[in-house]
Amino acid sequence: MAENTKVAGADLELIDVRKDFPGFTALDDMDLHIPAGQFFALLGPSGCGKTTTLRIVAGLETPTQGQVLIGGKDITNSKPHERPVNTVFQSYALFPHMTVLENIEFGLRQRKISDYQKLAKDALSLVELSHLGERRPQQLSGGQQQRVALARALVNRPSLLLLDEPLGALDLKLRRQMQIELKAIQLEVGLTFLHVTHDQEEAMDMADIVAVMNKGRIEQMGAPEVLYDRPKTAFVSKFLGQSNLFIGEVVEKNPTSVSIEVGGNKITVAKKRAEKHTGKIAIGVRPEKVDFHESKPRLSADHIVVGPGEIIDIRFTGVSNQYLIDIPNVGQVTVFAQNIGKSPETELGAKVWVSWKIEHSYGLADLPDGTEEA
Amino acid sequence: MAFAAFSNDKPTKDSSTKRKSGPVVLALLAPGLIYLMLFFMTPLISLVITSLESPDPSGAIGSYFNDVNFSNYATVAVDYLPQIMRSFGYAFAATVFALIISYPVAYFIGVKLRSRPLTQRLMLTLVIAPFFISFLLRTIAWKQLLSDDSGFVNILHSMGVLAPTQFFLGTDAAVIFGLTYNFIPFMTLPLFTNLERLDVRLLEAGSDLYANPRHIFTRVTLPLSMPGIISGTLLTFIPIAGDYVNASRDFLGSSKTSMIGTMVEADYLQNLNYPSASAMSVLLMGVILALVTLYVRRSGTEDLL
Repeated sequence: MAENTKVAGADLELIDVRKDFPGFTALDDMDLHIPAGQFFALLGPSGCGKTTTLRIVAGLETPTQGQVLIGGKDITNSKPHERPVNTVFQSYALFPHMTVLENIEFGLRQRKISDYQKLAKDALSLVELSHLGERRPQQLSGGQQQRVALARALVNRPSLLLLDEPLGALDLKLRRQMQIELKAIQLEVGLTFLHVTHDQEEAMDMADIVAVMNKGRIEQMGAPEVLYDRPKTAFVSKFLGQSNLFIGEVVEKNPTSVSIEVGGNKITVAKKRAEKHTGKIAIGVRPEKVDFHESKPRLSADHIVVGPGEIIDIRFTGVSNQYLIDIPNVGQVTVFAQNIGKSPETELGAKVWVSWKIEHSYGLADLPDGTEEA
Repeated sequence: MAFAAFSNDKPTKDSSTKRKSGPVVLALLAPGLIYLMLFFMTPLISLVITSLESPDPSGAIGSYFNDVNFSNYATVAVDYLPQIMRSFGYAFAATVFALIISYPVAYFIGVKLRSRPLTQRLMLTLVIAPFFISFLLRTIAWKQLLSDDSGFVNILHSMGVLAPTQFFLGTDAAVIFGLTYNFIPFMTLPLFTNLERLDVRLLEAGSDLYANPRHIFTRVTLPLSMPGIISGTLLTFIPIAGDYVNASRDFLGSSKTSMIGTMVEADYLQNLNYPSASAMSVLLMGVILALVTLYVRRSGTEDLL
């Protein structure tokens, strides 16, 4: 790539955007700001409104209310072809009646850019498909088509590149490879990327900032490691990775921590890691932060010990073993133990205690669905 | 092709297996082959033979003997040149009008009505509905509607489009109107079949890539619907060029609008000049074949999807 092709992306701002479809609200008063040059992921289950958000930004859908700003300029009423935005579609949407190169040239020629041929060839070599320029899209494999779609969007140097689950149709190995390539290209070209996906690993792996969406709203937004370490709602806690949640009344409070009682066990969370300090609250911990012991462990006061319980399921997943432990009056606890060949002699039915450090607990703002409010 | 399909799973097997599959294939193909031999090849050969006959020396009307008289072709090509030119002119005009009228209709039904399958089916039925009535009856009905004392002609007179001494029936316009009207469904249906499958996500991709609606149409929609346009234009142009009803003076035409079909009919049924009628038919077939070949080559159908 020529040096002068590195351009800064623009920031994207959604102000109070709402989208109603007959019978349901796809987006509920959404506010979002994506700084220029960031790789931003919108993560959520299907039907959460993430694709609608993307289509509103692209101009393919009109918001019921609210404003869309790119680089500070209000484009809410601009037509799609007037927006400095390009999209990599989930279906790739490559033109079947054109060659690969003609597909990539399309946007440049529409904007009457004179050296479109050279730019298109450069873009094709960026995605390492120079040898396939004269082919038709339908003669390429899924991964190659995906790269052509990426080149076709990137060649226009949009202020904002929208990615609509473009890796969804690829197999796992190819997806991994494309994730790495996509991230490398984003760093190289310095554009703002808005990536929509339902794959939490993909979002965490690639994005600088992840926004978790649920039912037309952003539940939580932040750096992937922050979201994972400190989810604030039951939905985020469960959608992003796995988690063990304990629900109980607050029985003890001191300046630094909050404790609840669950089935005769005391479970504590640092006050600064808890959203709610009174009444019935949910405290969670990630499965890989939990240990189990075959006898009641004697641990320092900064640990939580719960048990005894019974191992009811063991799953081997390669790098780790997943244990499901049923603790009477508490519920089921999942534990991931690294598979380093010296895991304790545990079998189904063994009696065990689980423990984790208080600093790994997190307190949620809400209770999981189906839990009675106190 | 059919033979290859049956035999290629065991290409190295001895010939006995091939012989075994042979009769089955022949039996399956037989009805079609017999039909084509009887009802296509035989009349075609008979037509070519008749087109080369010479008049009986006795001079009796309608008597001819087998000959290799190529001058029949030269005669009809010269004598009926105006009708030949008119036929293809009418066919071209009517095909263009049918395309202009059908494309938006097919687009509307095939693309815009996708979310309402019931309305879509209803609209499609309406396109085909005229076929429920014989096209002779429909054309006669138009003759009534467009007749010299009809409201339509009165309006044209009062608007000054036609002079008081001019009328609509029997003009080029009337014949082209009738041809367009009668063949529109043959244009609409192939276009619909094509546009029904148009991937609207490609249109979104076009608008995402800075194409305005006009460019999306010319650069994406139109090229993608070329297969439909080609089959539609062929299905209208070919039968229109040979049509003898609309241009006939019994329907919408006059002696000044006669087409090849009209002349074939007259030569065959009235003048009893069978060689002339046959030569004209063969000539028409040859010209259409040449034009269609040229058209398909030029439009590069093999290049499209």
